[in-house]
Amino acid sequence: MYNILIGGAAGQGIDTTVAILEKLLKYSGYYIYTTKDFMSRVRGGHNFAMLRFGMEEITSHSRKLDGIIALNYETINLHKDKLTSQGFILCDSNILKEEEDKRILSIPMVGKAKELGNAKAAGSIAVGAVLKLFHESLDGVHSVLSSVMKKEILDVNVRAIEAGFESVESKYPHLEGKFKDYMLISGNKALGLGAIAGGLKFYSAYPMSPSTGVMEYLASVGNEALVVVEQAEDEIAAVNMALGASYAGARAMTGTSGGGFCLKVEALGFSGIAEIPLVVVDVQRPGPATGLPTRTEQSDLKFAISASQGEFPRMVIALRNQEDAFYQTVRSLQLAEKYQIPVILLSDQYLGDSIASVKPFDVSGITLNGPAEDADGEYLRYRITEDGISKRLIPGVTKHLVSADSDEHDERGWITESAEVRNQMMDKRMRKLDGLMEELLEPELIGEENCHTLLLGWGSTYGPIKEAIGTLNKKKGGFGALVFGDIYPLPKKKLLKYAENRNLIDVEQNATGQLASLIREQTGIICDRSILKYDGRQISGEEIVEEVMKGGLN
Amino acid sequence: MDQFKTYETAWCPGCGNFAILNSLKKALEELGKSPEEVLMVAGIGQAAKTPQYLSANSFCGLHGRALPAAVAAKIANEELTVIVNSGDGDSYGEGGNHFIHNIRRNVNITHFVHDNQIYGLTKGQASPTTSEGHVTGVQTDGSKNNPLNPVLLALASGAGFVARGFSGDQSQLVHIMKEAILYPGYAFVDIFQPCITFNKINTFSYYKNIVSPLGEDYDPTDKQNAFKISMEVGDKIPTGILYREEKLDFHKKHALLRDGIPLIKQKTKKNVMEHLIKEFI
Repeated sequence: MYNILIGGAAGQGIDTTVAILEKLLKYSGYYIYTTKDFMSRVRGGHNFAMLRFGMEEITSHSRKLDGIIALNYETINLHKDKLTSQGFILCDSNILKEEEDKRILSIPMVGKAKELGNAKAAGSIAVGAVLKLFHESLDGVHSVLSSVMKKEILDVNVRAIEAGFESVESKYPHLEGKFKDYMLISGNKALGLGAIAGGLKFYSAYPMSPSTGVMEYLASVGNEALVVVEQAEDEIAAVNMALGASYAGARAMTGTSGGGFCLKVEALGFSGIAEIPLVVVDVQRPGPATGLPTRTEQSDLKFAISASQGEFPRMVIALRNQEDAFYQTVRSLQLAEKYQIPVILLSDQYLGDSIASVKPFDVSGITLNGPAEDADGEYLRYRITEDGISKRLIPGVTKHLVSADSDEHDERGWITESAEVRNQMMDKRMRKLDGLMEELLEPELIGEENCHTLLLGWGSTYGPIKEAIGTLNKKKGGFGALVFGDIYPLPKKKLLKYAENRNLIDVEQNATGQLASLIREQTGIICDRSILKYDGRQISGEEIVEEVMKGGLN
Repeated sequence: MDQFKTYETAWCPGCGNFAILNSLKKALEELGKSPEEVLMVAGIGQAAKTPQYLSANSFCGLHGRALPAAVAAKIANEELTVIVNSGDGDSYGEGGNHFIHNIRRNVNITHFVHDNQIYGLTKGQASPTTSEGHVTGVQTDGSKNNPLNPVLLALASGAGFVARGFSGDQSQLVHIMKEAILYPGYAFVDIFQPCITFNKINTFSYYKNIVSPLGEDYDPTDKQNAFKISMEVGDKIPTGILYREEKLDFHKKHALLRDGIPLIKQKTKKNVMEHLIKEFI
């Protein structure tokens, strides 16, 4: 497995360079895992991406580098201590000369690109050099490049890659992976694609990092996929639009990050009481308030499970990786429709912006549900039923009149203040949870069933925890983990089964241990230790191993 | 024809809302609409109870948020006749941002604002259109804020249909309502109505004396003149269709909606998912 970092200032083309490189390496068969570390600015500053690739599945980023592609001097300074002694620093000859560090490979990237006729092709020179360093061929260059760039600049970039390829000697052996036919997709795009597979017709949002990628993806394919994507004037409008569309029969979703989610919470309760299906995506970033806009955190869990006044059934699903982002988004839309409730998807910047190899999504098993076609006899929108679910008809499609009300209402949907009806309606709505509880997905047990130490996590720390458990069990053995996807209502079966007599450590990307707190509230189970990180940077598998070892467990 | 039923209301006897509700019922019937094709949308307030009292589809949402829900319902199914009835607090206060931006969005819905220049449901505080100096239980020294001029704001924001009515002039109101519902775009009507319980200044006789219906010679397509007319808020306030302009609405500009097939009836092609997945391979 290899790990390279590409760094520079915002605006220097890191994204494009990485996009080309990861596609070419995938073409060679590698499994790809790319993470992004971007500042909240359009020009300048320091941004970098880390591209990990190998012939086995990769689930976490790593801070040990085999190579650095430095588009500026700062990149070298900031990251060279993470570079192995045998590693390489690929940079322009204007940045640093080889005499200053034996690991430096300086080539005239900008000069050569200018010679070829386009200074912006310097990144492609670096791509060519990396391909040669890792003993790859140039076979895929033309087809990959023509899929990512316009014709006018295609030729110069192909020549730039060839020039870069000629400028260095091979250094590492080619590894034979079998992932050429996998997808390369970010969490945000996988979520958007999952929404389309889940029958999405309407997406409304206000731009907010790190959730905007979902809206941009849906907008880019909306006309083909028959999804109307509307940029709302604010998040309150976005969620109320989604509710209006959903009521009128268009499957709807709205997405944002924590700050925008704050503005949507009143409408969550409206979805709850009016029983209008709704999916709300929160791609979390560090708060409070504006916080760290382009970085990652898992600190909205307790907020999401209790957001909005009053009580109503809801579901919260934490997305664990790109695959989850697809399949769970499909499922969230189906569950929202089935139970006529709000479903909240918790993603985060780490997952949203990270790109991984994923087995091509299988849509053959998806059968979309939907509202009822029509009803005979008298139609009562909020008919009291045993399972709490009333037949939902679509206004204008049925001859019956369909009502929705944010006030408490009777079976017809008319406002009431009757104490008796209030109780009946509350009970009816809350009864829907009984059915939902039956179809909760228990967390996957990672590692050894008879472990002495059980790590507990949720959402995007799944991958890093999985890598850490692998390493810990190789070193010593006796480690397991439960990482929650469905998180509210909290699935308890495996927790109750595996938590007993184990050392429990919650691993969370927040400062207060929100999962540990939820588990304690719901089950009485108390974690022995917490590994908490809230600096805006995702914990890696290696860091989890270090932290676990620090506890003196080994 | 009398297809639309009205129900017992919770309004004060003598409230201007009755006349507005009856005018709307009449307008819908004269246009030959049937209840199941009409969607009444409202936020919260006394005016916002209107959908409760008319037999049509009804969506009574959150305070101030009627417009976003209404436009999205229309985007989902353009076969619905979507009408928003809400008050001055709901439309201009809590929902002010949506008012401006939905004028810009220009989805083909109709927005009737029952403007009684006071908050009724919360019992008599200043609304965005309350006159300066108006004393209330909260504005104890009189309101210090300039009253909003809704028709001028609508014009300045680019609305293609701007009108002002009065609950006490039903024949004019029915005419305005019909034209507004027929208008292919966002149609805005500010309707003066007395609040007999909480507004002792802008009473029925106050409005009766101040409104001045525009004559037949008035040209509503002259925007400059419409601005001038809209600024008349002194002794006489003009009522009628102040401005109308033919322009493309949201659906006509939208690649997925311009052909007139409602979004909810559009069926995704089978191979689309396969194609989208392939793009990532």
